[in-house]
Amino acid sequence: MHELSIAASIVESVTESAAAYPGARVKEVRLRVGALASVVEDSLKFCWELATEGSPLAGAALVINILPVILHCDACGVDTEIAGVQSFRCPKCGELAADLRQGRELEIESIELEEPDSVVPDPVEEQV
Amino acid sequence: MTTRIVELRRGILKKNDELAAGLRHQFTSAGVLVLNLVSSPGTGKTAFLERTLRELRARGAQAAALVGDLETDNDARRLAASGAPVRQINTHGICHLDAEMITRHLEGWEGVSLEGLNYLFIENVGNLVCPSSYDLGERIRVVLLSVTEGEDKPLKYPGLFNSADAAVITKIDLAEPCGFDRELALHNINEIRPGIRIFETSAKTGAGMDAWLAYLAEQARPS
Repeated sequence: MHELSIAASIVESVTESAAAYPGARVKEVRLRVGALASVVEDSLKFCWELATEGSPLAGAALVINILPVILHCDACGVDTEIAGVQSFRCPKCGELAADLRQGRELEIESIELEEPDSVVPDPVEEQV
Repeated sequence: MTTRIVELRRGILKKNDELAAGLRHQFTSAGVLVLNLVSSPGTGKTAFLERTLRELRARGAQAAALVGDLETDNDARRLAASGAPVRQINTHGICHLDAEMITRHLEGWEGVSLEGLNYLFIENVGNLVCPSSYDLGERIRVVLLSVTEGEDKPLKYPGLFNSADAAVITKIDLAEPCGFDRELALHNINEIRPGIRIFETSAKTGAGMDAWLAYLAEQARPS
């Protein structure tokens, strides 16, 4: 159950980024989560409500995009998506493949902001 | 009202990842091999580590351990019996160790300097889910599985097994009474993490420890 820690990290990170847009409200937060990231979608959504309550992100929707595992097969020389996470074999030739090209992501992809029309100045350059 | 989409493409655990990268750099510069030991509660991480520490000391190597638990310093006291420096990390409810906890516990560790160590073991909190997301700056992540747990553990917890660099099967002295299907367990580990090094051990009888210690020595050698 580390979803609460993860939700709290998202709140912290998004709050920092949104500070560059004064007056804006965060409407939606979109994540990219790999199938192997050990994150339970329902649990993260539940924790999201707890973590955002009373914060500037209260009411913001959380959209979780689950990314399937993609393996690189040395024998075939190609990257292929596999179904599920129970067998790490190339779907084309059936060989075991250890070279993971996607599936561990745990990222904030983007945020959707709602800004009042009266606020027009350019956003403060975000510090990376 | 206008709507704006801001692309962030940022790691959720960026802070942990940055701290871990700093730790990894520190460990590499100091020439210490750092291993993160992960398993379910009850797999026998502590017994396995205690035996490893004792055998390493007997071979003249300098090894130390950080040990994570929600509460109590029982494991640190057990491990200290090996003669190696040991420090307990109590997470007070948190189900995994993170890079910040490691940083904090390396500071002010009396009598221990990273430069003076060949090996540093980090015994994670017993949990096969959450530790997989948290990089601790280790070079080798070791997943442990005991013969009493069932051969399908790798299939049930692919996230962690797939992230491991080595696998240790513990308590093999109990394999027979438990009806442990060795071939199936090896097959399942390999399906989830193809090509991983697997060690079959017993901390009680010492079986398999030589191969494990040879692996440690080989990994610790400067490349």
